[in-house]
Amino acid sequence: MASVLYSPRDPGLKKRDELEDMLEERRRSSDARHALRCYAPAVYKGLAPREASALRGAVLQSDALQHVIGQVSAECGERRELVQEEAAHLLDEMAHRLRLGTVRFFAYVLSKVFKTLFRSVRVNEEGVQRLQQAIQDHPVVLLPSHRSYMDFLMMSYILYTYDLALPVIAAGMDFMSMKVVGEMLRMSGAFFIRRSFGGDKLYWAVFSEYVKTMLRTGYAPIEFFLEGTRSRTGKSLTPKTGLLNIVMEPFFKGEVFDIHLVPVSISYDRILEESLYARELLGVPKPKETTSGLLKARQILREDYGVMHVYFGHPVSVRSLAQGRVKRSQYNLVPRHIPQRPCLAAQALVGEAAFRLVRLQEQAMVLRPWTLVATLLLQNPDGMDLPVLEEQAAWLRRLALSFGAFLDWPDCKPCREVVGAGLALHKNLARVSGGRARLAVAETPGVGQTAEELAFDRAVGVLSCASYRNQILHVFIRPALLSVALQTANSSRKDEVYTCFNFLWTVFSNEFILCPGASVQDFEEACYLLGKCCAVQESQQDIVMSEGGHATLAFLRALLDPFLQGYQVVCQYLCKETEENLRENKFVPAARNFALQLILAGVLTLVASGGRSLSLAGTLKCYEALSSDLQKNALAALVQLEAVTKVKVGDQVTLKVNRRAASSLEDMLEFLPRNLSTRDCEREREAAGEPERSPGPRPPPLPRWRVSVHLRGSAVYRDCLWLEP
Amino acid sequence: LLFPPLQRGSSMASNTDISERQRIAARRLRVVAGHLQKCVQGEGAGVSAQACKTETPRSSPAKATSVPKRRQDIMKWNGWGYSDSRFLFNKKGQGEFTGKRYRLSGMILPSLKDWFEATFGTSLQHKTPATPTLNVSAVPPPNLVEPFVEELKVAGVAASHDPEGRVFRSHGHCLHEIFALREGRIGRVPDLVVWPNCHNDVVKIVELACKYNVCLMPYGGGTSVSSALECPLEETRSVVSLDTSQMVGTSFPHRHTGMIKGSNRILWIDEKNLTVHVEAGIIGQDLERQLNESGYCTGHEPDSMEFSSLGGWVATRASGMKKNIYGNIEDLVVHIKMVTPRGVIEKSCQGPRMSTGPDIHHFIMGSEGTLGVVTEVTMKIRPLPEYQKYGSIVFPNFQQGVSCLREVARQRCAPASIRLMDNEQFQFGHALKPQVSSIFTSFLDGLKKFYITKFKGFEPHHLCVATLLFEGDREKVLQHEKQVYDIAAKFGGLAAGEDNGQRGYMLTFVIAYLRDLGMDYYVIGESFETSVPWDRVLDLCRNVKERIVRECKERGVQFPPFSTCRVTQTYDAGACVYFYFAFNYRGLADPLHVYERVEVILSQNFGSNADDLHEAREEILANGGSLSHHHGVGKLRKEWMKEAVSTVGLGMLQSVKEYVDPNNIFGNRNLL
Repeated sequence: MASVLYSPRDPGLKKRDELEDMLEERRRSSDARHALRCYAPAVYKGLAPREASALRGAVLQSDALQHVIGQVSAECGERRELVQEEAAHLLDEMAHRLRLGTVRFFAYVLSKVFKTLFRSVRVNEEGVQRLQQAIQDHPVVLLPSHRSYMDFLMMSYILYTYDLALPVIAAGMDFMSMKVVGEMLRMSGAFFIRRSFGGDKLYWAVFSEYVKTMLRTGYAPIEFFLEGTRSRTGKSLTPKTGLLNIVMEPFFKGEVFDIHLVPVSISYDRILEESLYARELLGVPKPKETTSGLLKARQILREDYGVMHVYFGHPVSVRSLAQGRVKRSQYNLVPRHIPQRPCLAAQALVGEAAFRLVRLQEQAMVLRPWTLVATLLLQNPDGMDLPVLEEQAAWLRRLALSFGAFLDWPDCKPCREVVGAGLALHKNLARVSGGRARLAVAETPGVGQTAEELAFDRAVGVLSCASYRNQILHVFIRPALLSVALQTANSSRKDEVYTCFNFLWTVFSNEFILCPGASVQDFEEACYLLGKCCAVQESQQDIVMSEGGHATLAFLRALLDPFLQGYQVVCQYLCKETEENLRENKFVPAARNFALQLILAGVLTLVASGGRSLSLAGTLKCYEALSSDLQKNALAALVQLEAVTKVKVGDQVTLKVNRRAASSLEDMLEFLPRNLSTRDCEREREAAGEPERSPGPRPPPLPRWRVSVHLRGSAVYRDCLWLEP
Repeated sequence: LLFPPLQRGSSMASNTDISERQRIAARRLRVVAGHLQKCVQGEGAGVSAQACKTETPRSSPAKATSVPKRRQDIMKWNGWGYSDSRFLFNKKGQGEFTGKRYRLSGMILPSLKDWFEATFGTSLQHKTPATPTLNVSAVPPPNLVEPFVEELKVAGVAASHDPEGRVFRSHGHCLHEIFALREGRIGRVPDLVVWPNCHNDVVKIVELACKYNVCLMPYGGGTSVSSALECPLEETRSVVSLDTSQMVGTSFPHRHTGMIKGSNRILWIDEKNLTVHVEAGIIGQDLERQLNESGYCTGHEPDSMEFSSLGGWVATRASGMKKNIYGNIEDLVVHIKMVTPRGVIEKSCQGPRMSTGPDIHHFIMGSEGTLGVVTEVTMKIRPLPEYQKYGSIVFPNFQQGVSCLREVARQRCAPASIRLMDNEQFQFGHALKPQVSSIFTSFLDGLKKFYITKFKGFEPHHLCVATLLFEGDREKVLQHEKQVYDIAAKFGGLAAGEDNGQRGYMLTFVIAYLRDLGMDYYVIGESFETSVPWDRVLDLCRNVKERIVRECKERGVQFPPFSTCRVTQTYDAGACVYFYFAFNYRGLADPLHVYERVEVILSQNFGSNADDLHEAREEILANGGSLSHHHGVGKLRKEWMKEAVSTVGLGMLQSVKEYVDPNNIFGNRNLL
């Protein structure tokens, strides 16, 4: 992989651009004039802009599409003209119809909307300039992160404002059902793709040729979301490689000299869909996108959503990515319009690039002080005295910065003000009373509210808050995995620690953005970062916790706590599930129900609070186990570890559970040390002088991974093997 | 120490006296015959295509062969071509081409300076002159195998180890080779040069070489651009350059006319079968001129035909400009005789096609001197065409031009030659326009330009030009011309006159001289070629040009390079593309230590085999282009051979080499 994608070992050293408020100008001058101003963007190689209709013709007549049309008509015995018509129909359903008039309308309306919603929209203008240059030199693919519907509106709005070529955007078909709005989006550059079209050869051909034609001709920058959908949790999602494969192919086939991929990180102080997401994670179905729904959502205009940040990353050249990795001459022997499965090297490259690009997005995501406050509040469900909160926030800030977080913490303001501002903006999530801050969740059931409803209510609060903590997890995830591994491993030998680290790394590879095959690199990075903040000491053979490292390590372990617990619950559920043929689509509701019952019965609390008395605070920490995102990720991990196999019977996918493997995994997760609240951290910090590890009952020694027979054959087992001396 | 070799050298010269006498006699006969034929044919049959190339006065008997034994007498030792012909900027700063040989000779080129300065960002103030004379003392002393030399002498084969002659035969015309010579750097050179007179001499030389384990390197015209003539550094044996240029042969009676055609190198002409039997050492222009005198031609006209030899064409699988009518060398050859360490290889008959297993000619053609020396070749000939006409077409952009060429190839109606220059090359061609003689002409030019750019709306920075050459019956030519122009019109092409066409072809012959001018002013350049399927032509051209620009930028070249291409040949399934690139290397080095630094930079950036070219070649291969269309592999492109022909393919070639030449007597280490 070319150096462009490898972050320097010390991410703290990375230079980042200054951010400017782009709304400032809008507040000073007329929006109408802005919408009507002369718009003449620089285009690719100075090519004359092409009409959408010319594009349509080019796609329909392309050799690639004609080839597939011929194939399809031969296969299903239909007349070629009919298939051709079908293709034209698919294309019309898909294609954008970019019109400047609509764009201007949006420019006007969005100016108004954004000014109401946001205090400011801050953009790195250097990044915009880089993008402008890139658009002129090469076909460009814009890859923004996806947290909100606002994302692509904002992207187009920014590009219009800076006089850049407007992108065409791959959008999910669901938007099209919004009658007027769907068409409006289409006319502002969105094109619509079906969510799944696995077997439909013709659809695939129309779609990929449409995208590639736009790319090859430099028609417009192409924009899509690597994550595939909006992340409901605030964490980046595992990237989808389908579209990335398509956009990289013209380079592999020599149809363009190079393609530039531009990661864009969009972050929000407050996400508009905040509580909506939490409800979705709890199983309340996503509301269907309708125009009337949009109108009803007007009330959000009355709220304050703080600041929005958009950071345009450095363009990543596909050519330099592929340098020495993909032999392009392999495409020499087959006419290029005939679809060809990319070689393994190309597939691997695309997969790797997708992960690296998402990491680049993560790394350039602006983090606000509130994310730190939310993290601390979640770890201290009893609430925290404001001075303690401020002190710990300041401590966490230093830690985050030393790990290279892109933290937007005003230097000039006192810590109290910064923390206070965050709490004020998120008053729906955190409550301050009597000099103490705590999560804003109902303590007693409301009138006529069942225990279940109350639990759901609380879960919404916790998950909303967690979505802010999740934003900062990518900064801490590697050191956090290491700190758990450090305490779990039987010795401080590096290879032992790595074995544990790798186990956790594998288990959580669906939960966090961990580039496939990079566990050694991640381990080294984690060691380096923890060494840098003096939490561990490294020698040739060993890695040990250093004198003052307790607080840091305890904090990091506590970060992973909800996830470890959530995964454990899923394992428990699968072990107890009696139904032989568990249908995949029944899994999430059933697992959620299982977790809910545990919470209501107080069982989870017992586990979570390590035997302490039942309290609200105790239960609050386990609400994340209710999240469907976590459950799905856990299932994916279990499938990967071969503890669960998916069996396809007809249209139904059923899950076959290897109970022994699942329960052995559960055991492992159970004995991982955790349950250290920040209060414990404080205690540890006081007891920093003591050489022993955390006080309290020590967990029984962990079964050695490598003798775990049940997981034989699994990825973990294989990974352990090569470490065997 | 120097004295004895010199003496021997002079005695060797006397060895050749007999052949010299024979040659003169033969020449006289030929001239008489030529005059006789001219009277019959009339003046109109002169081939005007020759106008672009050297115009050797036909009546001068002294010019029977264009390349003397002592090449240094008429040719540059550290640049391209004849010593008397070169570009320079005169005192007024105007471009000028010296000498009398070419149509452009003696002309003032008013726009050359502006183009040169604007394209390369150079200034005429900053010069990088070449070392004026060859420093003989820098030439390594010869490593001679005395008994070998003695036996050669006994056999009557001319030989010399004169340093100048050895240096002359130690290089081709790659950029790095010429650059080194201009600096006076001399690497490994052959230890001896031998000049066989005929096939039997070659047999003798090869026998002796095997006997004494001497390394032989065949040398024809010396126009290689693949490092094929560089002596391998790892060669410890004595290296002998076998120069075929003086192979005169014995005279045969003309098979059908019964006339004694004493013309050197042409052994006989068979008018019944339209074939000619030639000594392979003949230089292209001599062959063509002598055949013309008999009313025939081979039609094989590679751009290097002023200097390259028939044997060289066979050994590298050469391609000629007019291959659309006459074919490439593999289509032209009927019979080959080659001397190898195993003996002489040749077919037993001259049947036009055979099904006798893989064609053994194809082991010979493209063998690049690794298997033996081609001594005699029978080639097809054609009657001289009655009529020739140049033409040109302007296209709004390169893409349209390529589409037009593709259509012409599809309809199989390509003229003798059709070439498409990109915009950069079109502008380059314009820079070589000589001073116009009258205000009227310049007014006319202005009007043409106005018509094309303003009236037809062609963008001056996108338009490109195709040059055409038609040959045949007058009537058919005109018909053909119309057909091609009609196709062109479908792709937005406008006929742009004969003059532009002719200038396009002229460019081919003088561009090599231009490189020497560039090298006087910090500009270095190189050319390379490939062949590629039609659907990839555009992508390949764009990507390779862009790659060059990008590599130069990354290597710190300050001014954007001149990176240009043209489609020079059309085939049913693809085309041949020819690239030029050149750039200003000033600023890459500290001006005070230019020479040292340039050497360092060149070796760092371009290496012994030009890394920039390396990158470009990689780009070509990645884009579906071939390793070479007609330049050959040599040592420059050897590393890609395995990828190009597969491991098994390479093994096949190797096993042939092992059988034919187990002791690697032909040890130039090309190709494999």
